[in-house]
This record gives sequence, structure tokens and C-alpha cells, in this order.
Amino acid sequence: MMTSNPIPRHLLLRQMILIRRFEERAAEMYALGKIAGFCHLYIGEEAVAVGAISATREEDYIVTSYRDHGHALARGASPNQVMAELFGKATGVSKGKGGSMHLFDVARNFMGGYAIVGGHIPIATGIAFAMKYLEKDAVVLCFFGEGAVPSGAFHESLNLAALWKLPVVYICENNRYGMGTPVERASALYDIGNAARAYDIPFHQVDGMSVTAAYQQMKEVIESVRVYKRPSFVEARTYRYMGHSMSDPAHGHYRTKAEIDEHKKNDPIFQLTQEMIQASEMTPSDLTKMEAEIAGIVQEAVDFAEASPEPALSALTEDVWVE
Amino acid sequence: MPVLAYRDALRAAMREEMRRDPNVFLMGEEVGFYNGAFKVSRGMLDEFGQKRVIDTPITEAAFTGIGIGAAMVGLRPIIEMMTFNFAILALDQIINNAVKVRSMSGGQLSVPIVIRGPGGSALRLAAQHSQSLESLFCHIPGLKVIAPSHPRDAKGLLKSAIRDDNPVICFEAQALYGTTGEVPEGEYTLPIGKAQVRREGADVTLIGWSKMQLLCMKTAEQLSEEGIDAEVIDPCTLRPLDMETLVNSVRKTHRVVIVEEAWPYAGVSAEIADRIYYNALGFLDAPIERVTGEDVPIPYAKNLEAAALPSAAKITAAVKKVMYS
Repeated sequence: MMTSNPIPRHLLLRQMILIRRFEERAAEMYALGKIAGFCHLYIGEEAVAVGAISATREEDYIVTSYRDHGHALARGASPNQVMAELFGKATGVSKGKGGSMHLFDVARNFMGGYAIVGGHIPIATGIAFAMKYLEKDAVVLCFFGEGAVPSGAFHESLNLAALWKLPVVYICENNRYGMGTPVERASALYDIGNAARAYDIPFHQVDGMSVTAAYQQMKEVIESVRVYKRPSFVEARTYRYMGHSMSDPAHGHYRTKAEIDEHKKNDPIFQLTQEMIQASEMTPSDLTKMEAEIAGIVQEAVDFAEASPEPALSALTEDVWVE
Repeated sequence: MPVLAYRDALRAAMREEMRRDPNVFLMGEEVGFYNGAFKVSRGMLDEFGQKRVIDTPITEAAFTGIGIGAAMVGLRPIIEMMTFNFAILALDQIINNAVKVRSMSGGQLSVPIVIRGPGGSALRLAAQHSQSLESLFCHIPGLKVIAPSHPRDAKGLLKSAIRDDNPVICFEAQALYGTTGEVPEGEYTLPIGKAQVRREGADVTLIGWSKMQLLCMKTAEQLSEEGIDAEVIDPCTLRPLDMETLVNSVRKTHRVVIVEEAWPYAGVSAEIADRIYYNALGFLDAPIERVTGEDVPIPYAKNLEAAALPSAAKITAAVKKVMYS
């Protein structure tokens, strides 16, 4: 295939490994009680955020749900500040006020993680509305799980985005389970594409376990939204290896360990590593070097979070009102 | 001074602010081609066009959320709820998003949005269309709540609300839209968080907002014929509350009746009473009386609806209770 912009495979791999290792350490820190509350890990799904967000421009916007660590890191948020946020420290991206589910990095147009399922879809649609109103070329990426698809906010938003031709890409990260409920028991639209088609929104299905496929397709989708000024819908079929949150088991009531193991054969990091080594774009020792460098970054993030102060008590009443 | 209807004063506020700032727009059901369900936005589509006067389908959650998202990146939306009963469908957007984004982003974002529309009863609209939901919104830290009773205040407060960087809820009333009053010519704003003394008096303080303010004034005139000199206060803003003006009145009259159209349980009048007890207990000569709607869904039948709402007779009875206790 001819392409003027070659796929930045090293970068994609590096970001996926960073997210994977970051999340593994987050799980450890959760077990140690350093991180509390609800903490939803992105392990297994890295290719979606990395592929999609790597295909954006700086002026584009990202809005996502509560499983947001990967998206924030893929957008370039500092691992130190993200880990500090998980620890509830003053140096966190949201000054320790948001926590795992509410990472914000507005300087990078990362407009937040939201924790009411479906509730952020109107917000992303509203940012797209503003881009149209202000006659800007930016595109909004709105990530959500397939669990949001039956919600009213989802359908109302798709209707208005299509009606008003808003520059938003709805990205359904279909990891097959809304907490413990498989999609076939939650949505009459088992083919989620039917939701997009119902609102006359172009639909694309992406292999959410292949970062190169995700990147390539997202690049085309995002640029076509930018040019044609109308919404698009992407379903990325992916899989989460961990429980819904750190409070939930990885398997048990609703799926078997064998099922998880089967999906791990398509692991996005493993797949890309193999491809790159076979294509002689990377040697195993390059990979080892990359892993070591990332391990250092993640260790530094943990050390930074650990050493950072808790918010001053005076912060309690700050940032509630605009004075 | 020109005399304007309440709805015309609201429209004047929106028009002036939209002329002043191209980032202000109006969005809601029937605000454009239909000229507004209650004609508040009459003529605005003609002046500002479809880009800035935006008709929506019946999707309160989505268009409120769209307003919030737009406000997060620099626009200043005015979202019209056809009535606040329908805002219940947008409560997730208002409470979880409009209000929380600032705090949970550690102050990186603000949401300068106004959500306005009528609340309260308006002649036999029955249970789902007659509610006074102020206390739901007043409960939420991060929301300002205004409830103007007069055209002059409606214009001045709405203009301030549009310029405010916080989300502001503006409670209007269907029964007030046709009422008239003097409105100053030219540019003016009124500060959010400032109460007004509508009638000076020495014997008892009546506190009421929105259309209950008009009922308080009417009752005060009746009371004066019986030799009772009532002071009437209009909080104008329900959050933040102007305690200074309220306490000054209590220091003078030593007796308080608060009138609220909404239900009694966990009502705004309960909050006001609590704050007066806390700040001015020593000045009170009688327990505070609250006159509220009855603790029932508003019924349709004419006599039952009237019985469910505050009335001059109920206020008079309450005044006499605080006067002679």
C-alpha cells in the first residue's frame, strides 16, 4: 500500500508498552493501598487509544470515560502527573481532585475522563458543536465502551451530531462486557454499526487488537471528518484482560479464564513486536532496551507520586466556584 | 422609564448580551422558528440567525450536555428549558458535568452556561408541569441560582448570569411572563447574590421570591389595612444567599415568614430559616413560620390546585401566628 506518511510503528509500540507497564504498576500500587477508589485498567485495549490518538492533530480534542489512563498517556500527559493523580496527590494532572476516573490535561486538549456511563457523549458532541460554531478545523474523539450504547445520552447525541453535521468521531471500545454483562445481554443492537447507520453516520469497524490497523483507519476517519464536517462512528473490537475495575475479578461469574487466554493470543503488543522483528525494524535487544527505558519512566512516576505532597487542606474549597 | 413585560425584559437581556459577545448563543426547544414556547425569544431568530438561535429536538440531556461541552471550550450558551420540569431529564448533565468539571479537573476548566426557563404552577397544568424545583439545584455546590420576580431584575440578573463564569440556573415563572414593570433604559446589570427590600416595614419580615414575591407584596398591602406593617424582602438570588440583607431586616422586625411555592420538606425556605436562626437567633421574638406548597404532587382540579399552593390567607395566618406568639 502506498502511503505518504509511514506508520510510526516504533512510537505506537512504545506508547502501548508504556501504558501496559504503567497499568501493571497501578495494579500493584492499588494492591498496596497507594491508589484507592475505583480504578479501571486498560490492559489489553492499548491499541485502540494509541492507534486513534496517535492519528490526531494537536488541535483535536479527546473526551473519554473512566477507563482513561491509557488515553491520557497516549495524548502525552506526563506519567508522573497521571500516577500522582491516581495517588491523590497535589501534583496530579487534576491536582488530586479527580482521581483515576477523572484525568484532565486541558493544555493537551484532553478534556477529561467521565464516570457516568454515556454521560460524557453529549459533552464531546458539544465541543464538536463549538468547533463548528467557531469555524475551526479541530475534530473531537469521543471514546466510550459498548456498555454506553443502550444509553439515552448516546442516542440523543448521535442524532444531533448527524442532524447538525458536527466534527466528532464516536469510538466505541467494544471490549464485550459492560462490567459483568456481555453485550448480547445488554444491547438489541448486537451489531453496534446499526446504531450509527440508524442516524446516517458512516460506520467503520476496526481491529482493536491491531494498533497499526487502528492507526491507519483512524487517520482516514479523522481526516475525512475534518474535511467533510460530519460525524463518523468507529467500533474497535477489543478485549480487557482485567476485571471491570480493580474491585472486580478478571473472570468468574461472566467469563472463563480460557476465554481471556484465547484473546491474549491476539495481544496487540505481542503482535506488533513480532511484526517489527520479522520486518527487521527492531531487534529483540532493541525491545529489551525500550522495555528498560519504560520501566525507568514508570518507576520514576511511582517515585514522583510517592514523594509528592497531598493537597493542602485549603484546596478543599478551591476550584468549586470561579471567583 | 419604559415599562416592559417580564418576557420582554428577559429577551432584552439576551439580545444585548448576544450583540455584545459573539460567543453567546441561545439553544432550546422551539426557541427559533416558533419564537419560543412562551415567546421569550420572539424575533431573536430574525436578528441572530440559525447559527445563534438554535432549535433543538426534544432531547434535554443532549442539548444541555452540548451546551456544557461548548462552554468548556469558550462559548457562553444560554440553554432554554421549555419548563424546568423537563430539566429533570438533563439533571445528570447539570449535576455531574456542568458543576463537577471545574472541581474534578483541578480548576483547569470552567463552564459559563446559563440554564433558564419557567418553573412553578401556572393554572391547572397538573403534577408534571407545575413543579418548583429550586431546592434540587440550590443543593449543589458550584451552581448559582437566580429567581427574579420583576422585569427590571429579570433583565439585570440574566445579563449578569450570562457574563458569569459559573453555571447559573435562572428560574422564571410562566405566571410572571406577562407581568409588567419599569425597566431602566440602556446598559445595566444587577449583581447575583444581592437581595432587595421591596417594602419597608417594622412589624414582620416576609421573604419570598419569583411569583411568591408578588403574593408577599399583595399580602403586605392587605396586612397594612389591619395595622400590620410588613417588610418584604426578595432574595432575587437563592444561591449564594444575601444573608446580610435578611439579617438586617430580622434585626428590625424580629419576626419572619418565608413563603415558598415548592414543597416543605428540604425546601429552600428551610435553608433560609436555618441560616436566620444561626445568624440572628437573638433578634427573633417568635419561631420562623414557613408557608409552602402542600406536601403533595400538584393536582389538576381547580379547588385542589388552589389548596395546594401558598395563598394570601395562608400568609396572613402565618403572620398573625408570629405576631401574637
